[in-house]
Amino acid sequence: MPQEFKLILKHADEPGYTPDMGCYLKHGGYETLKKALQAPGRDLPDGKKLSPQEALREDVKASGLRGRGGAGFSAGLKWSFVDRRSGKPIYLICNADESEPGTFKDRQILHKDPHQLIEGMVLSCWANDVKLAYIYIRGEFPEGARLLNRALAEARAKGFLGKNILGTGYDLDIWVHRGAGAYICGEETGLIESLEGKRAYPRIKPPYFPAILGLYLCPTIVNNVETLCHVKHIAAMGPAEFARLGTPNNTGTRIVSLSGDVQRPGYFEVEVGKVTIGELIFHENFGRGLRPGRQLKAVIPGGSSSKVLKAGEVFQLKRKGADGQMAPVEVPMLDLPYDFDSLQSAGTMSGSGAVIVMDDSRSMVDALANLSEFYAHESCGQCTPCREGALWMAKGLHRLTHGDGRKEDAAYLAHIAQNIQGRTICAFGEAAAWPVLSFVKKFREEFEARGEADVAARAAAGSVPDSNRKPSPHA
Amino acid sequence: MSAPATAAPATSPPPLPAAETVTLKVNGRTVQVPKTMPDWQGKPQPTTMLQAARLGGVEIPHYCYHDKLPVAGNCRMCLVEFGTPALDPATRKPALNADGTPKIARSVLPYEPGTPRGAIACATPISPGMEIYADSPATKQMREAVLESLLINHPLDCPICDQAGECKLQEYSVEHGQSASGFFETKVHKPKAVDLGPRIMLDDERCILCTRCIRFSKDIAGDDALGIVNRGSYNSIAAFPGRQFDNNYSLNTVDLCPVGALTSKDFRFKMRVWFLKETRSLCTSCGTGCNIVIGSREETLYRLEPRENEAVNSSWMCDSGRLNYKWIGRADRLREVRVRGGHSTWSAALPQIQAILAKAPQGSVAILAGARQTTEELYLLKKLADRFGAVTDSVPRTGAADGFLVAADRNCNTQGARLTGIWSGTMGAQIPRIAEGIRAGGVRTLVVFGEDVTRHGIGPELLASLETLVVSDLLPSATTRAAHYLLPGCAAAEKRGTFVNVKGRLQKFLKAVEAPGDARPEMEFLWDLLEGDVARRAPANIEAIFNQMVREVPAFAGLEWARVGDTGVTVPL
Ligand SMILES: Cc1cc2nc3c(=O)[nH]c(=O)nc-3n(C[C@H](O)[C@H](O)[C@H](O)COP(=O)(O)O)c2cc1C
Ligand code: SF4
Ligand code: SF4
Ligand code: SF4
Ligand code: FES
Repeated sequence: MPQEFKLILKHADEPGYTPDMGCYLKHGGYETLKKALQAPGRDLPDGKKLSPQEALREDVKASGLRGRGGAGFSAGLKWSFVDRRSGKPIYLICNADESEPGTFKDRQILHKDPHQLIEGMVLSCWANDVKLAYIYIRGEFPEGARLLNRALAEARAKGFLGKNILGTGYDLDIWVHRGAGAYICGEETGLIESLEGKRAYPRIKPPYFPAILGLYLCPTIVNNVETLCHVKHIAAMGPAEFARLGTPNNTGTRIVSLSGDVQRPGYFEVEVGKVTIGELIFHENFGRGLRPGRQLKAVIPGGSSSKVLKAGEVFQLKRKGADGQMAPVEVPMLDLPYDFDSLQSAGTMSGSGAVIVMDDSRSMVDALANLSEFYAHESCGQCTPCREGALWMAKGLHRLTHGDGRKEDAAYLAHIAQNIQGRTICAFGEAAAWPVLSFVKKFREEFEARGEADVAARAAAGSVPDSNRKPSPHA
Repeated sequence: MSAPATAAPATSPPPLPAAETVTLKVNGRTVQVPKTMPDWQGKPQPTTMLQAARLGGVEIPHYCYHDKLPVAGNCRMCLVEFGTPALDPATRKPALNADGTPKIARSVLPYEPGTPRGAIACATPISPGMEIYADSPATKQMREAVLESLLINHPLDCPICDQAGECKLQEYSVEHGQSASGFFETKVHKPKAVDLGPRIMLDDERCILCTRCIRFSKDIAGDDALGIVNRGSYNSIAAFPGRQFDNNYSLNTVDLCPVGALTSKDFRFKMRVWFLKETRSLCTSCGTGCNIVIGSREETLYRLEPRENEAVNSSWMCDSGRLNYKWIGRADRLREVRVRGGHSTWSAALPQIQAILAKAPQGSVAILAGARQTTEELYLLKKLADRFGAVTDSVPRTGAADGFLVAADRNCNTQGARLTGIWSGTMGAQIPRIAEGIRAGGVRTLVVFGEDVTRHGIGPELLASLETLVVSDLLPSATTRAAHYLLPGCAAAEKRGTFVNVKGRLQKFLKAVEAPGDARPEMEFLWDLLEGDVARRAPANIEAIFNQMVREVPAFAGLEWARVGDTGVTVPL
């Protein structure tokens, strides 16, 4: 039976669990840190010796942990890119900007169990020789910032943070930095610029790969809140045990934010790939199905930036057969396991782990207009295709949803989006283009019908013939 | 003129034979380029696709990139399709085609392998075996799409835009634009005629947000004055609250701005740029000698713009120098030869001066030669002085150096005056002695070029006691009013010649406009004075005079007029 597996959220929602040091310690908090800092290092079969820090880095790699912020990139690999020879300080930043529409998982940790994040961060920093780290928290989380600051003060007082941590001679401090309310501050290089006190204009890569030229042009690691919490669990249970959770190449647990037209929206921590999209929506342990009398229409599987899935879609996925060979199998959309690789094979992504469910009462045109407005509002405006294209799409959709549409608007919107993806400084370009490309492709009739209806209504009202028409002004 | 550096690809030559090179293909042609090339600060950095393509003779369109500014990579105009040598997945060795040539993997979107992926040529380093497809259909499509995006919200007010005719948006639209607009929405409107500072007006609607102006002000002029406000398509350039964009280099942003967003208050709406004649010249406002282009129409100057010279001013000039040209057209410019207060002519006045000088006893003549005269004029003045054993000197003119371009020396040819022997030791030290000589009666004839000596210790009463006062100048002063012989000269824009800057850079300038009235280049009438019989003289010839000077002035040994290029030569000081 598909069910939750609470690793990160093990205690957070228990009655009486509080975000303070005393409660965390009572639940075994900081024990992992104490053990790790005393670990002797590791002898390798080839006679080489790993320092305890190197050993933890290896463990994170071996655990298969993939980033929970959006791209699902291997955390261990990311750490291995850090330039350790530059002689410059190495920084670590916890990305707590959680702004992807539909996503509400990091805030559970920040508000209910900040010490778990801090323990994960201290371990990650220690493993990477980081002496100074930041938590970049979304501006709209004032309470989260307050709780984090209190928790950091408690950790400093207990010697888990600050000078000479637990008597080991290791120094680390962590500071909270509050964002000022922009989605783009979650993009790691935009975040770095913002942390440096500048406008959150994402940086060009090359040359500004954070692992080499990050914060203050020093090597920098940026990881999501949930990713950093997992480091604690990898240290506690060992990489092999961690990797037993989830499925191969999609290890561990992740917190899914389920929203939209389900009976029971909410966040659910599950083993990666052990639960399907259908189960998330319909199973008693998760969404408990749609409202009475409704049919499923679409699912946005990984935050608003991911490509939409249409009810009834069937995908060709490669699966290992009984003979151990990879063979193509047909997988209906609802049977897609909720993991990184399956969703990628289905042409979309699990992104930030936010599943948005739409039933047949929803207009895809209106939904896309809403999403596009968000992207037009949040484009930082640095690079041409995204700056101009994001607003262009939003204006077209505004027109289409306000009685001024045309049949050709479907193709028109796809044309704009196609000219954004892959041509921008940061992945916001894809984030803005993908909803449009996928909605228009998969629900084309609905878009065209909306445009045709507008044309017919205008003709009936005897307004100017379409060929002579100028668009009406709107915001 | 927009972006002098980008307009002239030939100006970034490859550095001296680099130890390492990379071989790659640009539009199918094999080229070998240095592995590293100078970045905006001159530091070696991995050669970019844009630089490599240039060396291969292909200019990749770009807006935000500028040789002299940090790379921003924001306009995306330089996106190009490219390929890299494919690796055999099994052996990890380079894969080969049937004919033995390396197999090239074209860049594609990782999530949509059928769609080409572009890289920004301005910031992407090259690699061995890379192929740059600067003209492929995919590259052209990307370029057209970027241009379309830049144009959808652009006001297209070219008919009243000062940039029209030298606008990169216009130029690239001709090359990569579409004839019909696919835009069916209303445009974003932004502020127009924003007063950014004392010399700059901003039209936010025309701005393509390339941030060249921001980067110049912050990273070159050292004044973090400009930024972007608002978000997305509403982004606008602005000076920080409470700040004026008023540094002494602000007008360089008008040159850098690829479109008509930043305009010079001085030049705005004065002249359509395509009517302007462009003349290579030098700024005369300080000893740096920034290389400039004079924009003139008929006999009127309309603007000065910097001209690239790595040895002197890079691509910049200061605002004070740039705007210091209006006096050239002043109504009170000296325009006639005058002898003892009455109108005269060159053919009448010069023989009289010759006759007076011929009779002058040794040591009775003194010459004050402005250190803003050309090297050739100073050389001829020195020759004249030597004939009569005359004392010579110049007037020092100083101010504060700004640590960037503006030099403390505000004369443009102090070193030319020293190298030709007009002054030595301490400039101006002879002036009190000349004054004393006049007072004592030993100095009877004074020749003054380009200075109002009454402001430098030789007052009107001393001038009145002279037997002969010969003055050449451009504008009236107490000295010109006291002159017995008044010879109207020319501004640098009205003649040819050379100046030697504070670092010993000898540079040429050319004539942009005619001088007013009877005014003549000083070199010409000095030559006449020296040559004797005006009627039989060989006409003054800049090339001959320069080459003769070279033979006589040791610092100039080996030079030749024809070989002093557009950016000058360095001479030992
Ligand atoms: C437009 C945009 C917004 C993003 N917002 C967030 C965010 O709010 N939180 C986050 O953790 N990652 C966000 N990311 C992803 C980060 O850039 C980065 O990949 C991530 O923080 C890395 O952490 P991880 O490897 O642990 O996932 C965003 C990316 C983009 C392109
Ligand atoms: S893609 Fe959009 S958000 Fe990212 S840098 Fe460009 S304009 Fe900004
Ligand atoms: S900036 Fe260029 S395209 Fe725009 S109005 Fe001026 S000349 Fe025309
Ligand atoms: S004002 Fe000109 S230079 Fe500045 S960002 Fe706009 S287009 Fe670029
Ligand atoms: S020139 Fe603007 S992105 Fe390369």
